[in-house]
Amino acid sequence: MKNIIKKIYLILMLFYLYAPILVLIVLSFNEARSRVVWGGFSLKWYADLFRNQMVLDALKTTLVIAFSSALAATVLGTLACLGINRMRRFPRTVVMGINNIPMMNADIVTGIALMLCFMAFGVTLSLQTVLLAHITFNVPYVILSVMPKLKQLEGGAYEAALDLGASPVYAFFRVVMPDLMPGILSGFLMAFTMSLDDFVITHFTTGAGVNTLSTLIYSEVRRGIKPTLYALSALMFISVLVLLILINVRPQKKEMID
Amino acid sequence: MGRKSFALPYVVWMIGFTIIPLAMIVFYGLTDNTGAFTLANVAEVMTAEHARALWLSVGLSVVSTLICLVLAYPLAMILKGISRNQNSLIVFIFILPMWMNSLLRTMAWQTILSNQGVLNAVLSFLGLPTVRIINTAGAIIFGMVYDFMPFMVLPIYNVLIKIGQDKVDAARDLGANGFQTFVRVIFPMSMPGVVSGITMVFVPAMTTFVISNLLGGGKILLIGNVIEQAFTSGSNWHLGSGLSLVLMVFIFISMAVLAKYDPEGSNVI
Amino acid sequence: MERTLIDLKDISKRFGDTMVLDEMNLTVRENEFVTLLGPSGCGKTTTLRIIGGFVQPTTGQVIFDGRDITKLPPNKRALNTVFQKYALFTHMNIAENIAFGLTVKGKSKEYIKDKIRYALKLVNLDGYENRSVDSLSGGQQQRIAIARAIVNEPKVLLLDEPLGALDLKLRQDMQYELIRMKKELGITFIYVTHDQEEALTMSDTVVVMNQGYIQQMGTPEQIYNEPENAFVADFIGESNIVDGIMIEDRLVEICGVRFPCVDEGFGCNKPVDVVIRPEDIRLSETEAGLLEGEVTHLIFKGVHYEMEVMAGSHEWLVHSTKCFPVGTKVSMQVKPFDIQIMNKPESEDEMAVEIDG
Repeated sequence: MKNIIKKIYLILMLFYLYAPILVLIVLSFNEARSRVVWGGFSLKWYADLFRNQMVLDALKTTLVIAFSSALAATVLGTLACLGINRMRRFPRTVVMGINNIPMMNADIVTGIALMLCFMAFGVTLSLQTVLLAHITFNVPYVILSVMPKLKQLEGGAYEAALDLGASPVYAFFRVVMPDLMPGILSGFLMAFTMSLDDFVITHFTTGAGVNTLSTLIYSEVRRGIKPTLYALSALMFISVLVLLILINVRPQKKEMID
Repeated sequence: MGRKSFALPYVVWMIGFTIIPLAMIVFYGLTDNTGAFTLANVAEVMTAEHARALWLSVGLSVVSTLICLVLAYPLAMILKGISRNQNSLIVFIFILPMWMNSLLRTMAWQTILSNQGVLNAVLSFLGLPTVRIINTAGAIIFGMVYDFMPFMVLPIYNVLIKIGQDKVDAARDLGANGFQTFVRVIFPMSMPGVVSGITMVFVPAMTTFVISNLLGGGKILLIGNVIEQAFTSGSNWHLGSGLSLVLMVFIFISMAVLAKYDPEGSNVI
Repeated sequence: MERTLIDLKDISKRFGDTMVLDEMNLTVRENEFVTLLGPSGCGKTTTLRIIGGFVQPTTGQVIFDGRDITKLPPNKRALNTVFQKYALFTHMNIAENIAFGLTVKGKSKEYIKDKIRYALKLVNLDGYENRSVDSLSGGQQQRIAIARAIVNEPKVLLLDEPLGALDLKLRQDMQYELIRMKKELGITFIYVTHDQEEALTMSDTVVVMNQGYIQQMGTPEQIYNEPENAFVADFIGESNIVDGIMIEDRLVEICGVRFPCVDEGFGCNKPVDVVIRPEDIRLSETEAGLLEGEVTHLIFKGVHYEMEVMAGSHEWLVHSTKCFPVGTKVSMQVKPFDIQIMNKPESEDEMAVEIDG
């Protein structure tokens, strides 16, 4: 009895979570423009999507920003972890506290703060300002995934390598880096996903004519939903799915080997 | 020198892109056009229009947070029963929608809830009366709950799986029945996760302008909309910053509560 | 003889394909200190959890005080458990932890207060009411776990490796404490451990288990001095287990040398296993002994020297307060009643037990 109630609840929640996404996917294949009338199966909205130069430009911008901001954040964040780990208690607490701000703060506040700052210092809002903003909110996620791996490493593997005659640089690349790699990689993927998903901060820091997929969707939706957006939704859902499987499957494999 | 200096670039970055921008909000919020100190921007929140937006934000986000909690807690409990591993498929399935672009998820609800939308089509197909829900506060709550629910499920689940079976066994051993075990042991021990979840739903719900714009039809203004308009269409940075300062008070209170219950922030992600 | 309190009848437990307990029968009398002893995976903890009600046996019955409680949930059983890692409620202070069982039973505030005071006194932690769980050491947490269980006045206290996480000195102190508490409370203790010293020190009855079977059950002296099979001999203390031939009653041949012993009824010229404890072998330099060999290893152990002696193509472990340097030729003597004769295992099951041990 109890188990049946649990199962029903799980199914209801699953329905609640996925029904809206399913609606979008189904409508993306609908020949008719209508939301409620099925006009037959069609891929025409996908074709429209790939012919739309604005969408393609926005996609390119989104990917460029996601990739470069994630890369920059990964380098910055990994270096920061190595440094923070060596700090004494007080400076470490302060740095980690400030590091948490962009993650905990409301996006709207982070967005307008960066916008104000750029404008006040006479920086024109553009692709570059979006990039700087994305790096800023991405680094904390990299630190979040690299730091625990670094803590695990405190068992003394690095010191053991030095003791066995390795130079610090050699010990770092042969002993520390391989153990950090899973954390660095998942940090990168997390930053990439966060950047893809962001709308609010991009909205405030982007310049005229520069659109990411998010800002494009926002302006399109406000004008009225076109079925091409359903096609875009379906594609983005699949991309996120693949990306998350990449992030989640890796550590699991590692555990199995351990 | 030494490895400590590796953190230097990021420390500089944080000063440039986290501290200074926040200081700018404080500066603009507490000055007028001439650069003179004033509290007028902050006091603007007391005007009828802005006060209404603020309290509507508080009200809708409190209701959404409560609904999220009520829906998410049993889900987290059931998930804990099925799987003790965060990487497991079933947990992944329930967290997946969180990572879908939130604009698209909100758009989906517009498609469903609008007057000629999917919901009304289903209702009239079943011979039931249709509903007018789009562009109401109700639609906004729908959107908030849907968008932010995974943020409630995840921290609660993460805390629940850490409560050892031995604690549950001990409570049973000492004579507690299932209900008493839940009320006296499981729920109090899951408080850090509950508080994390509440914060992670309340803050974005309180500050959103996207959900209210897309599901409220631009007719319902939340404090987020007021601030957004001050920066984009109104170009009144001082007012926008002043109101942001008020918003930040709410955020800080949430953070402080979170810090008290979950000092390590271990359950956030 | 006290009356029977717990009676396990033909208890079997299967987890998937693994048989954890196989047709186990065990009776526990009132006021007895019973220890389930065995290596990990032997089924001792499962047995305890079946008694506690956390695990349902696949077949068999649990009889408690004459009543069948097999299907009763843990909260309805008149026994309490001290868990391995204490399982204290970290969101409550010490008093609230101890009060837990009484609160859910709806006892009065006054009664609970008195009980807490009494329990804290019993475990030597008076005045700790308002401390937090995290502020206590492992040993103190252990005492609180005991206090929390005994305030409910259980007829039986189940203890699941309660001293496992403590360091050696504290473990020894707690052994005496537990014996004292048991005397004061006058209730039955069922104790699970893999530590043979703990088992021998505290118990009235030791139940040695391996691979889901009871290997031997008896007083600590019986278990130590008269192991019934190679597994028990090897698991309890250190021993030399060698092949022998029972020439006739009270005479066994080991490595070609005949030793008088006290065992009878094994038949004539029958192969047997012979168990000799290392401290029962006496070494001498003279050639007067029966079995001759050479010392190959020597380690100083504090109380005694531990030596390995190669004699009759077998490495003998010998404990002695006398030191014989490596290379010394020695003769070995064993008193007749220090030689323990056991039948060779016949079935494959028993073979497996021996190898595993």
